[in-house]
Amino acid sequence: MLAALLGLILVLRFVVLPADLFSAKPHQVAATERERAKQASYAGVSVCKQCHTDEFETKSAGYHRNVACETCHGPALGHAEAPKSAKPPAPRDRKFCPVCHGYDPSRPTGFPQINQANHNPMKPCITCHDPHDPVPPETPQECSACHGQIASTKALSSHALLACTTCHEAEEEHKIQPRSSRPSKPDSREFCGQCHSSEHGVSRAPKVDMNQHGDTFLCWQCHYPHLPEGN
Amino acid sequence: MDKRDFLKDAILFIPAAGLLKTLAGSTEAEASTSEGSGHAGGEGNGAWYGMGIEVEKCIGCNRCVEACKAENDVPNEPYYFRTWIERYTVHSNGETTVECISTNAEPQPEVDDRDILRTFFVPKLCNQCANPPCVQVCPVGATFQTADGVVLVDKTRCIGCRYCIQACPYGARYLDPRSRTADKCTFCYHRITNDQLPACVEVCPTQARIFGDLHSRASRLVRFQRMNKISVLKPDLNTEPKVRYAQLDGEVR
Repeated sequence: MLAALLGLILVLRFVVLPADLFSAKPHQVAATERERAKQASYAGVSVCKQCHTDEFETKSAGYHRNVACETCHGPALGHAEAPKSAKPPAPRDRKFCPVCHGYDPSRPTGFPQINQANHNPMKPCITCHDPHDPVPPETPQECSACHGQIASTKALSSHALLACTTCHEAEEEHKIQPRSSRPSKPDSREFCGQCHSSEHGVSRAPKVDMNQHGDTFLCWQCHYPHLPEGN
Repeated sequence: MDKRDFLKDAILFIPAAGLLKTLAGSTEAEASTSEGSGHAGGEGNGAWYGMGIEVEKCIGCNRCVEACKAENDVPNEPYYFRTWIERYTVHSNGETTVECISTNAEPQPEVDDRDILRTFFVPKLCNQCANPPCVQVCPVGATFQTADGVVLVDKTRCIGCRYCIQACPYGARYLDPRSRTADKCTFCYHRITNDQLPACVEVCPTQARIFGDLHSRASRLVRFQRMNKISVLKPDLNTEPKVRYAQLDGEVR
């Protein structure tokens, strides 16, 4: 009697009732399908360039070539589907560009950054720079246009009055192709020795005996020249 | 029925149940192979999605955070994130401070540049672990891994118990206050299954994020992994994250 009852239960559980009833799989398939069916709001560059060919071509030749249209213009799938009725915004005021190009010490060295307080205050960025081809209106005169972090560190240091070109030689090409033409670094100990050697250094600079100190190393391998020790 | 009879019957049942279960199991296996995949969450195309992050390229502009919020309808309050950015500052005394720059919180007191040894941004998101602790702890099976390796949440099954939020070692999950269910990054599942990039990858202005298929022989992500020194977050937890960081500082946790 009991055997028959238990047998019936087992047959029901494993044979009669479909296995799907006990499996999480159908739920997961349904959830996956729901997730797939969600509506996107970013169209992607390949959609934008179908109509905005000129802007796309200008942009692909300039420094913003890897910046997607929607990075600045916001989600635009609605605009791609109904070009007349939905217009994506174009940021034109001074607040937007510094989101990326304002000076921040944590940003990678060499990423173009400006100090908003003294970089043409009040002027919208687009009066001088075309965001689709953002070349500087004139070649930067000062290294700090790009090397803001080093400039602000150096300004605090005892090397504040030295120009970048005292130690680095940068070809003109570096201002246009920063990565293919690199500036030089001092490659001898005697270079720093011009000021810091105890034999023939400049009067105010701290002196070391070049023959005793540091032997085979270049000075900047231990001392950070943009922020040397001692104030 | 006395005890002796009961035990006799029971001895018969145990192998009988096992036999039936094997039978049922084989039919189920046949059914699933005919569907094309034995893995949970529907058919896969053999992809195994992952993301690469080049820490040295991140400029901390928060475009990814805003794109993610717009694309995935993440609550606007500045403490619900599917992806967020952290600022790491290593001070001269060896101390490291971490600050989430996506919260619009009051900026930390200005530090003298002289006291900073190094500082950089680290984008964070769900690591889409190959061995996800959040899936193990879910009491109702609402969170699961799809055939292409993305961990999803079934909002209709989630009971909002927050177990997974506690279990995630990366803090990648939050409780959606509107539905009271857990939510997290899905690698923009609706986009990647439609041949688009996740929204954060799409808008990143410096290409600090790279998305791709880890199983493919030819994908940007595989090349990225070949050309860079790759680390993952908290490798000691054996979660096998599929978000791979290049040039990651040892201080990053």
